[in-house]
Amino acid sequence: MRDVAVVSFAQAPNVRNAGAMNEVEILMPVVAQALEKSTLTLQEIGFTCSGSSDYLAGAPFSFVMAIDAIGAWPPISESHVEMDGAWALYEAWVKIQHGAADSALVYSFGKSSPGQIRDVLALQLDPYYMAPLWPDSVSLAALQARALLESSAYGEKDLAEVAARSRRNAQSNPKAQLAGDFDLAALLAEPYLVSPLRKHDCPPITDGASAVVLAAGDLARRICERPAWIRGIDHRIEPHALGVRDLTRSPSTELAGEKAGAAQGPLDLAELHAPFTHQELILRDALGLKEGVEINPSGGALAANPVMAAGLARIGEAASRILSGSANRALAHATSGPCLQQNLVCVLEGE
Amino acid sequence: MVPPPEEMLSAGYALEYTYTRSVGPAIGRFLTGLRERRIEGVVGSDGRVIVPPTGYDPQTGETLENFVEVGSAGVVTTWAWVSEPRSNQPLQHPFAWALIKLDGADTALLHAVDAGDESRMSTGMRVRARWREETTGHIRDLACFEPEAA
Repeated sequence: MRDVAVVSFAQAPNVRNAGAMNEVEILMPVVAQALEKSTLTLQEIGFTCSGSSDYLAGAPFSFVMAIDAIGAWPPISESHVEMDGAWALYEAWVKIQHGAADSALVYSFGKSSPGQIRDVLALQLDPYYMAPLWPDSVSLAALQARALLESSAYGEKDLAEVAARSRRNAQSNPKAQLAGDFDLAALLAEPYLVSPLRKHDCPPITDGASAVVLAAGDLARRICERPAWIRGIDHRIEPHALGVRDLTRSPSTELAGEKAGAAQGPLDLAELHAPFTHQELILRDALGLKEGVEINPSGGALAANPVMAAGLARIGEAASRILSGSANRALAHATSGPCLQQNLVCVLEGE
Repeated sequence: MVPPPEEMLSAGYALEYTYTRSVGPAIGRFLTGLRERRIEGVVGSDGRVIVPPTGYDPQTGETLENFVEVGSAGVVTTWAWVSEPRSNQPLQHPFAWALIKLDGADTALLHAVDAGDESRMSTGMRVRARWREETTGHIRDLACFEPEAA
């Protein structure tokens, strides 16, 4: 295996509505900043891969337009996944493992504000059994939350604690959308949005973008003082039908964590892509995270949830703490699909 | 020169994905069953009855072909209460989403439950299908489910 590291990360301010700014305009400064931090120019980058969803823009092949944000002349080697950018990073990592490139630019973006994201996400479901019923993303998460609450020792207070801690942590993240000190009792006094979930159990609706630069071996050492080495990365998926799965567990996260070697050393922090509060509890258990592992110092997806970019941002946030020297070993997680259907785990280390 | 309106050619334009899909042997069989007000599942590799049926086993990937009829009533395994339904959802007054394990099935089906009030919902409660008057071979031939207890 080749040593591959995250050498830079940049993200756009996470906002409820970027207004007239289109995806290209959101992306351009983010990509420029990630490249500048890496010291590489676009022409020195060996491979470019992006993650986004045409369903957000409501236009087929809308991701092609986003290439304007990086410029593709002279021609570049480029690919795209209709997934969160964390999976674009995985593709880039594989490309580097193959020896087809020594560096990669990975970017992702999502502008949820123009549509109804709860309905748009229903379109990722089985088109015969589920999508025609239009079960929105909050309702499906609520089914999972109740299953967890009724089969475990967790209560609604545990969910509110996740929300309060996430938004407290987000106070030190200038790019976060939702940050502040929230009183637990006040949170629990709020009405349900879709019972048993309250508004604070759900992610904000966010427009945003992220970019990461990867580099292999000596190149990473040359351009970066302290690269965040990817020591393990793996992703797994569960069946499509919700009624076939045990929604109170995340076996795909367990397996991805095991394959990525999450437990092979002490972790300083974990950036978990848990858009809903109860999902953080499920993920913590699936990964066997011990007391003392700092969870989502960035605030996580409960503080900013740019759909398609929130998973890549978890890898970027975890890596940035290694790049800065404030952490030595970190876990990053990304999810996709309803109720944590698919999960990716990436373990990062300093040298 | 712009021609007068009556001479201008015009055509309607609908923004849509005009794909036609074939539903195949498993989903097709399930939907045909619904049209006849019958619910069918398929026996999985481990003997579990999977409802709604899939063409392949969700764990092993094995092709599944052993279809069995299950009941049109069953038990709620988890639920969520929607106080403000969205315009395209099955019911336009407050209702519950539920995963429902039908009698004879080992997995649960997602659908709406018309319970009237959240206090009538509980995990483990029994519900039965309410069929649409006209069935067409679609998941919404099941209008929703309703509590068995009056």
